[in-house]
Amino acid sequence: MLVYLLRRLGQSVFVVAAMAVLVFVGVYAIGNPIDILISPEADQIEREAAIARLGLDKPLWQQFLIFVESALQGDLGRSFVYSTDALGLILSKLPATLELAFLALLIAVFLGVPLGMLAGLKPDSVVGKSIMAGSILGFSLPNFWQGMMLILLFAVIFKVLPSGGRGDTVEVFGVAVSFLTLDGLAHLLLPAVNLALFKTSLVIRLARAGTREAMLQDYVKFARAKGLRPSRIVLVHVAKNIMIPVVTILGLELGSMIAFAVVTESVFAWPGMGKLLIDSIQHLDRPVVVAYLMLTVFLFIVINLAVDLLYCVLDPRVRLSEVRA
Amino acid sequence: MRKSTLLCAVSLAAVLASPAVAQELTIGVSAEPSALDPHYHNLGPNNAMRRHMFESLVLSDENQRLSPGLAISYEPLDDTTWEFKLREGVKFHDGSPFTARDVVFTVCRIPTVENSPSSFTVYTKAIAGMEVKDPHTLIIKTDSPYPLLPNEASSWGILSATANGVTGDIGFSRDGCTGIDSYPKTEDFNSGKAAVGTGMYKFKEFTRGEKVVLERNDDYWGGKADWATVTFRPITSDGPRVAALLAGDVDLIENPPLQDLERIKSEGFQVAQGLSNRVIYLHMDQLGEPSPGITGTDKNPFKDIRVRKAMSMAINRDAIVERIMNGVAVPAGELLPQGMFGTTPGAEAEKYDPEAAKKLLAEAGYPNGFGLTIGSPNDRYINDAQVTQAVAQMLTRIGIQTQVDAVTASTFFKRRNAFEFSMYLAGWGASTGEMSSPLRALVATPDKAKGYGGTNAGRYSNPEMDAVIGKALATVDDDKREALLREASQMVIEDYGILPLHYEVTPWAFRKGLSFVPRVDQYTLALGVKPAG
Repeated sequence: MLVYLLRRLGQSVFVVAAMAVLVFVGVYAIGNPIDILISPEADQIEREAAIARLGLDKPLWQQFLIFVESALQGDLGRSFVYSTDALGLILSKLPATLELAFLALLIAVFLGVPLGMLAGLKPDSVVGKSIMAGSILGFSLPNFWQGMMLILLFAVIFKVLPSGGRGDTVEVFGVAVSFLTLDGLAHLLLPAVNLALFKTSLVIRLARAGTREAMLQDYVKFARAKGLRPSRIVLVHVAKNIMIPVVTILGLELGSMIAFAVVTESVFAWPGMGKLLIDSIQHLDRPVVVAYLMLTVFLFIVINLAVDLLYCVLDPRVRLSEVRA
Repeated sequence: MRKSTLLCAVSLAAVLASPAVAQELTIGVSAEPSALDPHYHNLGPNNAMRRHMFESLVLSDENQRLSPGLAISYEPLDDTTWEFKLREGVKFHDGSPFTARDVVFTVCRIPTVENSPSSFTVYTKAIAGMEVKDPHTLIIKTDSPYPLLPNEASSWGILSATANGVTGDIGFSRDGCTGIDSYPKTEDFNSGKAAVGTGMYKFKEFTRGEKVVLERNDDYWGGKADWATVTFRPITSDGPRVAALLAGDVDLIENPPLQDLERIKSEGFQVAQGLSNRVIYLHMDQLGEPSPGITGTDKNPFKDIRVRKAMSMAINRDAIVERIMNGVAVPAGELLPQGMFGTTPGAEAEKYDPEAAKKLLAEAGYPNGFGLTIGSPNDRYINDAQVTQAVAQMLTRIGIQTQVDAVTASTFFKRRNAFEFSMYLAGWGASTGEMSSPLRALVATPDKAKGYGGTNAGRYSNPEMDAVIGKALATVDDDKREALLREASQMVIEDYGILPLHYEVTPWAFRKGLSFVPRVDQYTLALGVKPAG
């Protein structure tokens, strides 16, 4: 178990480093951030001075060495735009994104699994068919358009929910969260639904397929023959067995919801990390983009690890060990 | 019922009861300032935010005409010496009085800002010496005659020396002032600690990406602010910003998309439009031979004035304004709109005449035209890529087979500065509001030492015009300077050194019950928003 964990960590360090090199060179190749940041009124002398202030006058390899040197000391550089510590800037946006992603995850699980099981139990009924039709809409309508429609319906026409922003927050252990205030929750609802729609459809399909398959299995027949109540068969035995693919997919999707909720965050002006990433790419704010993607890789590795550990809980047959080729 | 609606209702009731009761204003902005430090980043959103909290010696009004700010007068004593008389009875947000020492402290601090992506030293480097004659009289010396001094003094906000720990006198020197222990850091402004100015509003709260909240400064020297608190919310996407206005979450938004203006009006909201100081222009490579984006000839056709003139005549500016800009723009005949300093009264845009353009092109030796690629950003100016496409079609009609290479701003500026485009579309906003700004940057022969031609990527060169610009920039007398700037402007337009297309018109949209004063510099200021009636 411990060896397994250590080996996984070792691999992840390599992936994070490779990511850093790729992104660093990639952003460098796009353009010079000074072209975007500097006032057009600045003359050539001021332009050169600004380039020197941000350390962009040095050759690429030298800039990279400076980056590596401070990265090893835990400093991922300062944002070109905001002049604040890049990692700190990203982490300051993390709570907003996390609460959005987790609420969306909850919606996806608590809406998707029951609906999917229902559709799996009664595949030919009107209910089952309409659930599946609905999930197709969730899949195929563009996220951006869904968000705009939600705003149009609930904010502009019915005026029951706010159109965007984060609303009131309270401090919990020094972190500003909005899900504990009524106003904050109202602001959280629409973006969370927007983010959850696609995932919910995904979960519905997985749960339905799993349920249909499980219902034909011998253990279900046996349970029936034994005289167990149908509710117990479905809620305990079937539910547990269909969870493995659902957990796998949701694990991966949680990562992408945290790191790349760009569209939802832009549409709802939600001050999260995805919004920061897209702004930073537009400004060629290299320290932030590099730090962000390194953090993302790390996040995916941690989530994958958590998913593996969760398998053990769900299915005692699974053992964590290295697969050797 | 949502809180903001409730607030609106409450404040509306309050207005009906008594007009002086506290009110709140929420503004949806399209870009957020990168910091609240007034000297950190010389860029539109920062400069707009600065004006609420930190005032400057000279004010620049909605038409960018100068008027007294913290200085009640500014007069040249001789060609290189200026006397600024400062306003008495002005207090900073912390209660300390405003004196000449604060101005010196500010000018000392500007070059010391760490990691500034675009420094304000461009507006203070002309200052060679400062002398505090008495607490409310300041003498400023320049190296050579420098007429732009008051104009540039309208660009930087004044900090308090006392609030930043200065107790004695400050000795000014360009290489570092004496009498100052330390300067406030950029973070201290974001946290509000150092955000002490003399402005009509003062700092209340700043959460990056979420909101900037300002509150009324009750001790303001110039009267009472209209709003008890003002909240700026960055909503960068156009659609959601409009939706926030329609939903009543914000009271006013900047830059609503042109195609949405009709809808906004039909829903009972108001739209204000104002001519801006930004000209959209085409620049042509007038140095390279051959030029990278030109095919079908090994010469550079743009070196021939007849070709440049033919292209200008081939462009139907009225059609661009009407069809692509929805009428929200004005065809340009110069680099600054009519009425601003240094413009020629009555200067009109080139007349559209494709037949004459064809003839002129044949005369110049290109009866069958040539191939051309125009570079353009696609996310920087209003409908920029569509405008370039329209220009390309118009040029193709007179025989110049034109293609468009439209890319995102970061890539566009990199390639433009590497002279990869034979012709490109870009825009210029004259932040000083006078003709010297576009002339010096866009068409003067590039010269690093003089700071000329910094954005002249067409490398147009006209030594006679350079001389006139140089003379204008050394003439302190306003009337004489304006005449010289007019002369230089006419020289470049008659030489077709650059092709102005149109001036952008900036739209704002807001709820009923407000009035708003549009600004030439495109800034969205709460100072210009008033309850109507």
